[in-house]
Amino acid sequence: MPMTMSQKILAGKAGLDSVCAGQLIMAKLDMVLGNDITSPVAIGEFEKAGFSGVFDKKKVSMVMDHFAPNKDIKAAEQCKRCRDFAGKYEIVNFYDTGEMGVEHCLLPERGLVMPGDLIIGADSHTCTYGALGAFSTGVGSTDMAVGMATGEAWFKVPASIRFNLTGELNKNISGKDVILHIIGMIGVDGALYQSMEFGGEGLKNLTIDDRLCMANMAIEAGGKNGIFEVDNITLDYIKGVNPDYAPGESPIFAPDPDAEYIKVIDIDLSQIKSTVSFPHLPENTKTVDEVGEVIIDQVVIGSCTNGRLSDMKVAAEILKGKKVKKGVRCIVIPGTQKIFLECMELGYAQIFVESGCVFSTPTCGPCLGGHMGILAKGERAVATTNRNFVGRMGHPESEVYLASPEVAAASALAGKIVAPLN
Amino acid sequence: MKAQGTVHKYGDNVDTDVIIPARYLNISDFKELTKHCMEDIDADFVNKVQKGDIMVGEANFGCGSSREHAPIVIKESGISCVIAASFARIFYRNSINIGLPILECPEAARAIKNGDKVSVNFDTGEIVNDTTGSKFKAEPFPEFIKDIINKGGLVNAVKTRN
Repeated sequence: MPMTMSQKILAGKAGLDSVCAGQLIMAKLDMVLGNDITSPVAIGEFEKAGFSGVFDKKKVSMVMDHFAPNKDIKAAEQCKRCRDFAGKYEIVNFYDTGEMGVEHCLLPERGLVMPGDLIIGADSHTCTYGALGAFSTGVGSTDMAVGMATGEAWFKVPASIRFNLTGELNKNISGKDVILHIIGMIGVDGALYQSMEFGGEGLKNLTIDDRLCMANMAIEAGGKNGIFEVDNITLDYIKGVNPDYAPGESPIFAPDPDAEYIKVIDIDLSQIKSTVSFPHLPENTKTVDEVGEVIIDQVVIGSCTNGRLSDMKVAAEILKGKKVKKGVRCIVIPGTQKIFLECMELGYAQIFVESGCVFSTPTCGPCLGGHMGILAKGERAVATTNRNFVGRMGHPESEVYLASPEVAAASALAGKIVAPLN
Repeated sequence: MKAQGTVHKYGDNVDTDVIIPARYLNISDFKELTKHCMEDIDADFVNKVQKGDIMVGEANFGCGSSREHAPIVIKESGISCVIAASFARIFYRNSINIGLPILECPEAARAIKNGDKVSVNFDTGEIVNDTTGSKFKAEPFPEFIKDIINKGGLVNAVKTRN
C-alpha cells in the first residue's frame, strides 16, 4: 500500500512493511528531547517508575532554554534537577547556560536530527525537525520519561495533508508568511491529528531556515508533525552540520508517488504577502496591507520559529543606521550561542545595539511570558514567535501579533505594524 | 468507572496557556500550580470547582503547548472528566498517559451548558445531562488505549509489559 512520507518513516521504525492511517504502533526512537520546564516532570515520572537508566546516552537531549539563564530560584531548582539527572545518567546532549540555545534552533545546528529520524520531544514545537525530513512530534513529560527509559513510544499513524508548493517568494517575504497564511487558511485545528507534508517544485526556492520556521508552526494548525521532502538543499545543510552523515541504502526522502492524502492544497509562493496573526489565535491572520493602524509597545525578534541567522540578518538589514521608535522596546534574541557569535562577527549585534535594541543571550524568555520582555496590561507586541494566546507574553490583557522578522523589524522603526519598505 | 458533577463550560480552542499560564511554570509543586488553573479566562474557577466536577469545552480543547502541566492541574483541581467536541492531539495523549479521563463527543459538547449536572459512564461512553435529561454517546477508546488507562497510565503499562 502506498504511504506518505510520515507513514514510511513510522513503518520503518515500527519494523513493519507498511502502516495505514489510524493504526496504533510502537516505534523505536532516534532522539528524546526535553527542556527545563518539561524535563523535571519527566524526571519525576522516571524516578517514580524506578527505571534503571536511559536507553541510549546519546539519544536523549535536555536543553535549559525556557527560563534560563535561571530567572528566579524556582527556575534554578528546575534546571538543577535536570543537571543532576543528566550527570547521574551521563546524558551526552545536556545543554546548560553557556552552551544552550533555544532547543529547536540548537538540535539541528548540532547535527542531532537527521532525515528519516523518529524524534519525540516534550515540547510542542518539536515538529520543527520535519524541515529536515524527520518525523518529529511533541509529546508530554510522561512520554518523555518512558521514551528515555525504553527508546520507544506509541503512535497513532496520521493521515496527511499534502501541500504542493510552486513559485518563488517575493522580496521581504519568508517562511513565516507562508505558514501564517496556511494557518489562516486551514485554522488552528485544520490539521488536527494529521501530518502536514510539504513538497513540490517550489521547494527549491525555500531555504532551510524557511522550512524550519514552517515545520515549527505545524502544531499551530493542530498538526501532529510537519514534514518536508528531502532535496539537495536539505542534504547540503545536513553535510554541513554532520560531515559523517550517510543516508544509508534506501533513505526516505519522499512519499510514495501514489500515496493517499486527506486533502491536497496548492500553494503558489509568489502569491504570499506579509502576513500578521492578530490576537488571540494564530489563525486570525491578515495581510499587512489590511491591518490598519496598530500601535505597538514592544517587538520581539527571536524564538524557535525565527531565531536563526537569516532572521537576524534581515532584521539587521532593516534596522541598520536607523533608530527604534521612541517608546518601543525591541528585543532581539539569537537562537543559539553560535548564531550569537555570528551576529557579532557579521556586525549585526552592533547594528541592533546602535539602533536601540536589546541584544540578548539565547533564551525562550518572552515567547511564553517567562522573562526578558514581559508585557504590562494593555500593551501590544509584534513578535516573530509562534503563539498569541491570551496572556502568552505577560498580562492577560496584553496582546501579541505574530509576524515575520521583516515585519517585526520594520514595525520597531515605525512604532506600529507595517511592512518593510521595498 | 463513573463520574458525576457540575459542569464548567468553555468554548473553542481552550489553549494550554489559559489552562495553566506559562509564567507559573517555574513552580514544580502541582498543588501550588493548580491555584492558577484557568485563571486567564475564568479567574474564579479554582474557587468554584468541587471535587468530581466536569469540564466541557468545544473544538480543539487543549491546543498549544505539549506541557503535561495542563492536564495535571485540571486533574489536580478535582475535575473528574473532560468532555469536548475535539481535543488537540498532545493534550489527548497526555491526558491518557496521566490518567485524566477525557471523552470526545461533539453533540454533548454543544448541548451541555455551564452549571448543568452531568453523569458519565466511562465503560459505555454514555453521557447523561441530569439537568435536561439528554443522553449522548461518546466514542469509546481503542483497546490499546484502554489498556494504558486500565493499568493506571503509561508508566505502569510499560512496567507491566516488561
